[in-house]
Amino acid sequence: MFRPISRQLSQATDQPSNPLDLIIEFTFDGRLMRARNGDTLAASLLANGVNAFRRTSISGTERGPYCLMGVCFDCLVVVDGIGNRQACLTPVRQGMVVEPQRGARTVDALENTDQ
Amino acid sequence: MNRIDNIDSIADRYDLVIVGAGPAGLAAAAEANQLGLTTLLADENISPGGQIYRAITTTPVKRRSVLGSAYWEGLALVHDLEKSVVDYTARTVVWSVEPALDDTGKLIEPTHFEVGLSQTGKARLIRARRLILATGAIERPVPVPGWTLPGVMTAGAAQIALKSSGLVPEGRTIIAGSGPLLLLLADQLKRSGANIVAVLETTPRGNFTAALPQLADFLCSTYALYGLKLLAKSRFSLPMRRKVSGLSIVGSDCVQRIDFNDNGISRSIECDHVLLHHGIIPNINMASALGCELFWDESVHAWTPVVDDWLESSVAGIGIAGDGAGIAGAPSAAVRGKMAAIAAAAALGRIDVASRNTMSRPLKKQAVRLARGRAFIDRLFCPTQPMLRPTDPSTIICRCEEVRAQQIRDVVNDLNVQGPNQLKAYLRTGMGPCQGRMCGSSIIELIAEQRGVPVHEVGHLHLRMPIKPITLEEIASMPQSQAAKNAVMR
Ligand code: FES
Repeated sequence: MFRPISRQLSQATDQPSNPLDLIIEFTFDGRLMRARNGDTLAASLLANGVNAFRRTSISGTERGPYCLMGVCFDCLVVVDGIGNRQACLTPVRQGMVVEPQRGARTVDALENTDQ
Repeated sequence: MNRIDNIDSIADRYDLVIVGAGPAGLAAAAEANQLGLTTLLADENISPGGQIYRAITTTPVKRRSVLGSAYWEGLALVHDLEKSVVDYTARTVVWSVEPALDDTGKLIEPTHFEVGLSQTGKARLIRARRLILATGAIERPVPVPGWTLPGVMTAGAAQIALKSSGLVPEGRTIIAGSGPLLLLLADQLKRSGANIVAVLETTPRGNFTAALPQLADFLCSTYALYGLKLLAKSRFSLPMRRKVSGLSIVGSDCVQRIDFNDNGISRSIECDHVLLHHGIIPNINMASALGCELFWDESVHAWTPVVDDWLESSVAGIGIAGDGAGIAGAPSAAVRGKMAAIAAAAALGRIDVASRNTMSRPLKKQAVRLARGRAFIDRLFCPTQPMLRPTDPSTIICRCEEVRAQQIRDVVNDLNVQGPNQLKAYLRTGMGPCQGRMCGSSIIELIAEQRGVPVHEVGHLHLRMPIKPITLEEIASMPQSQAAKNAVMR
């Protein structure tokens, strides 16, 4: 889990409030989350206390982001119905519906998305 | 700068496509623009800066002392880009680069490259006369038991969270490994309010002795003062444990504790986060997929692209600048980016050879000056074999396909495997979504160990395009050239 550093440490004294600080809402696994507009989905999930983003396709164990720079592919999630999205390269958006990626895709799962 | 958010607005042709908007890519783009080249700067991140200057235009951490002056130096590079008329496209992945063919399937004269781009689920093919790969570095993946547990990240990842989102790990945090970034990050996170319960330094005793001959050179370098200050500070303000070994992270669903050997005594510390760091190595994926020649650089213990004096790779038309062509840090990357752009302009006939030489002379001097002290750092933090060849048989080596150390050792022995490309066929190591980025450097260590040969004799993974995952739907919906249709139709 990650948390924001104190305002005192982040703020420059002469800085007007930053439009990037606007708070937006999205869901992960059906739970409502709040995020800083402009953040990556991975950072937003970490800030909301989510450490595990997916289950592996081989053994089904939980994984979370490892590199945060697009290299490891352990941050894969389903964004608005599209799988295999790298959360660390995806900007979070108002109203985004995010699901953890659960293992490999199966024929059943494919049929369900088609319906 | 012309920021392009819609892939259809990217032009069909450019003189130069630059891959990566870190210091090398930013400097190359601004310079190329000045020299009159039509230039596209393609980057997969949300905003320019690469990893070192990550989120420099958008970071919520406005107080300059937190990220430090070395970070804020990057602003000048972004400002130069903003003043230019370079086409800059963020969130754009370059998934393939191949020599372009005409409708009859012959190579176009003069050489052009066909560059595959993808942005928010849509792909395009465009053409470029030349490319500069400025794909930077990755953190050296060093497998330890438990490194796949949620809560374990690289130190670089924690720094990215701090730079781009102003986030610090919550709970008991341990930083472990070896390399210049270790203390820097520990200090930065501590000042940002993180609860650092231990810094486990794994640099072995012998490394310092081995690096001693280079010490004088280091002390004259730009790093010296900063490095020594940090070292002195760490003694008093950080919970350091030096020369530890045998890291092993334990937990069921997430990290619970880390076990290690502290100079002969087994210890364990409970924690919520482990941040691992083992130095950085060039990100060679695109160079390797393009067939650029690589050499084994023993000083950093990694495969590195071969480049000539003008930063051109063994593939004509492909330049490589920045840490992707050898680790030397951000200021050097920017200098080398400029040089590569000047070389590209000369190769395309926009400037003559004499101007190229005059323009690059001061840059070459700067690059030499910035390389000072590097040999000491490289030697001091050079990983040793016990770190790179995990003895615990259950250590996961290939994170994507969950292949463990013992499986690799067994298969290499039983089937007499000679190199990583052969092993891929047996164990799928390198065939998952990361395409070997995370396991490539460890697999060659284990093969070398089993074969009893030096690592460089084992070779490296040969990558194939597409070098980033792209959906079939994206490829299928691209307009096809006549040559491509001819290739599959009878
Ligand atoms: S966290 Fe590594 S690719 Fe996203």
